[in-house]
Amino acid sequence: MQLYLPIAEVSVNAFLILGLGGIVGFLSGMFGVGGGFLITPLLFFIGVPPAVAVATGANQVVASSVSGVLAQLRRKGVDFQMGTVMLLAGFVGSAIGVWVFAWMTRLGQVDLFVQLSYVFFLGLIGAMMFQESLRSLLRSRKAGGAPIRRAHVHSWVHGLPFKMKFRASGLYISVIPPALIGAAVGFLAAIMGVGGGFILVPAMIYLLGMPTKVVIGTSLFQIIFVSAFTTIMHAVSSQTVDMMLAMLLILGGVVGAQIGTRVGVRLKAEQLRILLSLLVLTVSIRIAADLLVTPAELYSVAPGALP
Amino acid sequence: MIRALALFLALALPAAAQETIVAGMSQNRVSITADFDGSEIIVYGAVRRDAPPPESRLDVIVTIEGPATPLMVRRKDRVWGIWVNNASVAVDSAPSFYAVATTGQLHDILSATENLRQGITIDRVIRAVGITTEADASEAFVEAMLRVRTGEGRYRLMENRVQLTEQTLFRTDVVLPANLTEGIYKVRLFLLREGKVVASQERQIGVRKAGLERLIYNMAREQPLLYGLVSLVLAALSGWAASAAFRLFRA
Repeated sequence: MQLYLPIAEVSVNAFLILGLGGIVGFLSGMFGVGGGFLITPLLFFIGVPPAVAVATGANQVVASSVSGVLAQLRRKGVDFQMGTVMLLAGFVGSAIGVWVFAWMTRLGQVDLFVQLSYVFFLGLIGAMMFQESLRSLLRSRKAGGAPIRRAHVHSWVHGLPFKMKFRASGLYISVIPPALIGAAVGFLAAIMGVGGGFILVPAMIYLLGMPTKVVIGTSLFQIIFVSAFTTIMHAVSSQTVDMMLAMLLILGGVVGAQIGTRVGVRLKAEQLRILLSLLVLTVSIRIAADLLVTPAELYSVAPGALP
Repeated sequence: MIRALALFLALALPAAAQETIVAGMSQNRVSITADFDGSEIIVYGAVRRDAPPPESRLDVIVTIEGPATPLMVRRKDRVWGIWVNNASVAVDSAPSFYAVATTGQLHDILSATENLRQGITIDRVIRAVGITTEADASEAFVEAMLRVRTGEGRYRLMENRVQLTEQTLFRTDVVLPANLTEGIYKVRLFLLREGKVVASQERQIGVRKAGLERLIYNMAREQPLLYGLVSLVLAALSGWAASAAFRLFRA
């Protein structure tokens, strides 16, 4: 069934979009990421204009995150204090990101900037996660059981001022590291059109040492607000949120997310992380290939800005 | 004698040029609704003449031109090993859609001068407006743009696709693509003899979003903040509904 999208001004197959939303929702439910880093490139691929893809992707992320956070809430998997600290810093980062995005647009290099950010951040995070989870998977195989983990590893992070108790995470640490992480994610959300879960989840585990059971819920909590903020910004400044496209993606996505969450519960944490890292690396390599391989058509035509 | 000649000319000249077009279209309005999947326009008509037709061959050209927008054509170059948008040329105004249907091979039936005067082929239409040169080889950019847009099906040359019967009746079908831009589409009809345009006519097709498409589009333009909030509420509600539905389903 063909459907004409009012803002994107293209006609698409409704079932294709539903399926796309479903697959991304499934993955996001399984891994606790918003799925923006998948949906935005996929929408480019089927011919949705980039500006519409970025803005509508953000809208879709809100829905799948709400669906996911409700499931986590019942499991008491959300650290509201930590989430709020990251969120407030996230808005600051997002505002800076929007400014940088506008600056890059003026220079005419916004595509390259977005692509390079994708390659760099996805590649870095993916490689780090892959290496770490592979090692822990091998270790648990060799030892024949779960490795013994110390609850707290004291590092320079614990020497910083402005300490605060994060009850749900069982941490007593400075607010500076979570605030910095929140700001960085907000910045990336604005320029890459993603929620930032793929950075938040590993950062919370490895940098802050939060227990895995609160990581996904807290990440989703922060992502809801950052992507909601991004959606409003895009709707007001460039009118590129396509409600029709978003509803189709959401419809597929929320169903997929619910199934994904249930599948995710059955998998071991190491397996889950290794799969997520492979997915992240694949997207990164795919985008890097676009930059390195000689394109078939060197020229591109884009709507020009009105003078 | 001179008066007789003048009289003769006054009578003879109009008679030779007395071919006019009577044209019609299957529709003069296209509504883009949610299930819009392209539309076929039939342009038909007849040649009206007061005198018997001249010996020379009669040809018909029909063009359909979509609303024009400014464009940016960019060229990628390899910089530090990666392909980067490097040079660009701004095209002030290029039609979003352009189709030319003819009764014969275009270069046989249309002379270059006449093409220049009337602006019939797509490259003429684009070159007629100014091109802001920002790169040394803007010609290559315009050619690339024509190539890209022809590949997308936005620009079409349909030779031998106008049927002309008995030097009088003609008809052509033009399929408008699914990714139409809103606006007024200009339909031009030309009668040609020996490469020259002997008669022409212009019609319009209004392409407009309708129903739900119109509502969403207008709201996004006129009430952007409200539109953004509604999008968010819809997103949050569907997230909640899915979560609730699945819990019910499992219980």
